Amino acid sequence: MLKSAARPAKQASSGAAQREGFFAGIRKDFRRNRLIYLMILPVLIYYLVFHYFPMYGATIAFKDFNALDGITGSPWVGFKHFNEFFSSFYFWRLLKNTVLLSAYGLVFSFPMPIVLALLLNEVRHNGYKRVVQTITYIPHFISIVVICGMIIDFVKQDGVITHILTYLGMENNNLLLEPGNFRSIYIISDIWQQIGWNSIIYLAALTGIDTEMFEAARIDGAGKLRQIISITIPSILPTIVIMLILKVGTVMNIGFEKVMLLYNASIYETADVISTFVYRRGILEAAYSYSAAVGLFNSVINCTLVIVTNKFSKKFTETSLW
Amino acid sequence: MAIQRTRGERIFDAVNTIVLFILSAITLYPLLYVLFASVSEPGPLMSHRGLLLAPLGVQWSAYRLVFQNPIILSSYANTLLYVTAGTALSLVLTTLGAYGLSRKNVKWSTPLMMLIVFTMWFSGGMIPHFLNVSNLGMMNSRLALILPKAVATYNLIVMRTSFQALPDSLEESAKIDGANDFTILLRIAIPLSMPVIAVIILFYASSQWNAWFDAMLFLNRRELFPLQLILREILVLNSTDSMMAGSAAQSDQIQIGETIKYATVIVATVPILCIYPFLQKYFVKGVMVGAIKG
Repeated sequence: MLKSAARPAKQASSGAAQREGFFAGIRKDFRRNRLIYLMILPVLIYYLVFHYFPMYGATIAFKDFNALDGITGSPWVGFKHFNEFFSSFYFWRLLKNTVLLSAYGLVFSFPMPIVLALLLNEVRHNGYKRVVQTITYIPHFISIVVICGMIIDFVKQDGVITHILTYLGMENNNLLLEPGNFRSIYIISDIWQQIGWNSIIYLAALTGIDTEMFEAARIDGAGKLRQIISITIPSILPTIVIMLILKVGTVMNIGFEKVMLLYNASIYETADVISTFVYRRGILEAAYSYSAAVGLFNSVINCTLVIVTNKFSKKFTETSLW
Repeated sequence: MAIQRTRGERIFDAVNTIVLFILSAITLYPLLYVLFASVSEPGPLMSHRGLLLAPLGVQWSAYRLVFQNPIILSSYANTLLYVTAGTALSLVLTTLGAYGLSRKNVKWSTPLMMLIVFTMWFSGGMIPHFLNVSNLGMMNSRLALILPKAVATYNLIVMRTSFQALPDSLEESAKIDGANDFTILLRIAIPLSMPVIAVIILFYASSQWNAWFDAMLFLNRRELFPLQLILREILVLNSTDSMMAGSAAQSDQIQIGETIKYATVIVATVPILCIYPFLQKYFVKGVMVGAIKG
């Protein structure tokens, strides 16, 4: 260690020099670990420039931003933009759409990979299991643009899916022009794309279960269903809880790229979510301060959700993220 | 498994096998449909309704148009550039940062790590991000697709966790032998972490490959567009006009436009699906690595 401190590392010296004047211990730490700090420096600069600058930039939510005065120079207006948003017609609609889309995801998409993992775990033929796994993983690797392009094509008028649904009595119309269909299309296609991939984590948890427990249960006369309910599910519950927390943490942050690719003006009623609204108002209409306020509201709710779900989980299941 | 299986268990197995078969079929069929449609004759395809069980005739003109199209080709090249340059930069930054932050006797590593992890839960939002990138003068620049997401916090955490798991004794003995931290990283830590590095490369590369939104925000010049943004025009905004300049009559154009869409999907997807079986095991490993410490 002394050796590395004595090396006249040229690049490091300027970084260390700036921090001269701190307490002796800190100075010693910097001198001893200067190469380490040099390694961290680029990442640190990255986070400052691309994450913390924008956080400062978010103050335009409390200002009337204009490009001439810039972020610092624009006049403060307090909560004007927030009030405007909260009292606008859009507020409840956006909140409802965002939360509902996420809630449907939690109720319908979230359990599916668990079910698939349970089924795959019961397959006795290893080759068949691998084939099913490989096939169900495939859609995960197709880009979201292509997936949405396929969805749009399949549910248009005369599209494959539309056509099949006409046998069930539906009319031959573009399904994505009907506000009532959007959430179903979003959720079903999401299950289709991610069910296989998201089951990986549960399959891994399943392999950790002691097989002797199943043998014992069988001798006691427990059927397959009984075994799954009493042994398998409790064994993977910690994994399920962790995944659930992660998911709840993203409630306000739903896959807005997919929404943006799928939606159109005629279904804003159900499809427009906070982030797509921010995009249209902010980027397309250049209402920077107003949309920044909407985005900040979203970030704050999101951050709160993560903290709250983690607290709950810590309290009730002893599983937590930090 | 020597124990005799009960009747209930055998029924369960049969039902399970069938359910999984149906699931696989549903997963695979849409892709087969696109493949069939892409080589079908445009006329019969337009008048066809419902499922396709085989191509309707065979033609390759749609593929020819796709491969002759300068915009698709240039965007393909752009995407390859963004993927390679972006992944290389990301990998260097993430490796350096993760290693530095994984060292134990470094005073500021914990507070710095907290500063970094905080950005996972809270962000300034889309608009400040947009203004920031544009203030940095990166509008209409290729850098806008690479620099703003050079480091993914999740990947940094995964890599740091893996570096932390290396035995301390290796570092200590290397230091006694006179190695500095850079040498230790290059000669010891990286060679021992190759599996994780492979996973991280995959994560960065696939995120660059799939990206389109940043390009839409920051780029106006079409010659800089990545493939996904062009795909969006063709598939989502439904405009294949640009591709058929100089092609035959109007009605033919509409017809071939449909098959072009399918051919484009195949051209944009097949390369990934071809390399995916070889990489699957790394991806799966990546999911596990991340799961150790969310």
